Amino acid sequence: MAYVKDLSAIRALIASHKRWDLVFALCGFAALMVGVLTFVALFADMAIQGLPRLNWEFLTNFPSRRPAQAGILSAWVGSCLVMLVTAFFAVPLGVATGIYLEEYAPKNWVTDLIEINITNLAGVPSIVYGLLALGLFVYQFGLGQSILSAGLTLALLILPVVIVATRESIRAIPQGIREGAYALGGTQWQVCRDHIIPYSSAGILTGVIIGMARAIGETAPVITIGALTFIAFLPPAPMKTEAPFLSFDWVMSPFTVMPIQMFNWTSRPEAAFLQNAAAAGFILVLMTLAMNGLAIYLRYRIRKNIKW
Amino acid sequence: MAARLAHRRSRILREKAIELLLFLAAMVSVFTTIGIVYVLVKESVVFFQHVPLLDFLTDTQWTPLFDDAHFGIVVLLSGTLTSSLVALAIAIPLGTLIAIYLSEFAPFSVREVAKPFLELLGGVPTIIYGYFALLFVTPILQWFYPELPGFNLLSAGIVMGIMIVPYVASISEDAMRAVPMSLREGSYAMGATRFQTAVNVVVPAAFSGIASAYILGISRAVGETMILAVAAGMQPNLTFNPLEPAATITAFIVQVALGDLPHGSVGYQTIFAAGLTLMLFTLACNVAGHVLRKTFREAY
Repeated sequence: MAYVKDLSAIRALIASHKRWDLVFALCGFAALMVGVLTFVALFADMAIQGLPRLNWEFLTNFPSRRPAQAGILSAWVGSCLVMLVTAFFAVPLGVATGIYLEEYAPKNWVTDLIEINITNLAGVPSIVYGLLALGLFVYQFGLGQSILSAGLTLALLILPVVIVATRESIRAIPQGIREGAYALGGTQWQVCRDHIIPYSSAGILTGVIIGMARAIGETAPVITIGALTFIAFLPPAPMKTEAPFLSFDWVMSPFTVMPIQMFNWTSRPEAAFLQNAAAAGFILVLMTLAMNGLAIYLRYRIRKNIKW
Repeated sequence: MAARLAHRRSRILREKAIELLLFLAAMVSVFTTIGIVYVLVKESVVFFQHVPLLDFLTDTQWTPLFDDAHFGIVVLLSGTLTSSLVALAIAIPLGTLIAIYLSEFAPFSVREVAKPFLELLGGVPTIIYGYFALLFVTPILQWFYPELPGFNLLSAGIVMGIMIVPYVASISEDAMRAVPMSLREGSYAMGATRFQTAVNVVVPAAFSGIASAYILGISRAVGETMILAVAAGMQPNLTFNPLEPAATITAFIVQVALGDLPHGSVGYQTIFAAGLTLMLFTLACNVAGHVLRKTFREAY
């Protein structure tokens, strides 16, 4: 009889263990749902508060003291121009660094130093980049509180993201491709230009998009530089009617960006301005979601399609 | 023959030039670090000529812009620490649970959907989280606890915690998935359930990776700016009570940057001293993470 009793005790033990298994799985799922629900709540809140304010005038009006007439024209134009400068610096620098570290770098202390630096910079709070820019770009180099200063700052901020993405996608290229190109007499740069860069371009693009999505939402470093919160004019146009048709006056112009405009409206007590903040926030969320979503989709496609 | 040699020489020269160019691009990151240290130290040195280091560390008031100026960094540190602790109290349990669930329990289809979703959550700009904390979470908290002020560390901390969850979860999950399958199989063969395997085999084996995920979470929380600037108020307040409003180091920098402080004034230099404190704190976190990874690394 003791045998039967033992068996039922063991069964009870197994059942209790299995119960724990289930309880834990449910807890994990619930934790995941907390994240998902927060996201849904955040998105829905922005949409409900902001959608009534979203119309064409909101996009084409300057900020104003009267909340009903205020718009985000200077903010989105500023954001676009800053992003242009950021991409102009971050992409070539990041890709070049990635190529150097993967294809050229000898194994020595300088390379180690560069690698440790990149890892560390990824962990530096973004506001510290703002202080760097304030001390160095704004005052030491005399660039002022301009689009150029902001673009450079954000470029440095997203550089680690671009570098890591570049390195990962270069590392995925099989050695045989390089060897084949060298066997035909290609120099190291020819191998990079004709093989490494084209084959890793989709992966690099993914990293660049994620980096830009981060840069477009960054507020703290741009505030620290001293971007103005109330701007009722646009930077000088980049095109001119007479030769040489291109003008770069806009890079030195004062500016504001979307997140700063939203911050400005959020910190006002009037409810109508909060609505404006929600509308600006909704556009900002949509933009970052679209960019991140595109990057995730691209990565998914790359993983599926590449068969070396 | 001479033409070919010249061609060859120019080719070698071009190769060298390109390599140098790429090297210089790579050195930008080193220069960035040097630039950060240079700027922070240079302005802080001037600051500490005005304000003795002892006062900076022991004063219990932070009123740098008043006539009777006090510079007690403890006041700002208390806000930073309190909000970070609230955030970590949310992010570490949730992040770890999600990581274990996704790595050990979730069916393939759930993971395929959840991972990108978490990534999207991590990509939301922090100013949006700030708005959400101030105008969504605080009213909900006030519903439970009506005396809660409109600006408080609690709601900022909670939202900050949720912001950090994706980072903690995805790094911990990567670490757990790197644990070889044979370890799990051995555990299952002994009759362990999935829960027992996860807690007793996978988590210890992935400990160094999980610890570095926590460290990353801490340094994110300490350096987070906009959520606190929006939802926790900008009043310096020496408190460890999350129900009160308080300024953090980062919120103070934003507050000063929003005003018009003349370049070179003591008020201007305070933000660099505050930034240096922040930088040293996150550097300590990074070093601790590095040491943890080295010490507890399990190699298979």
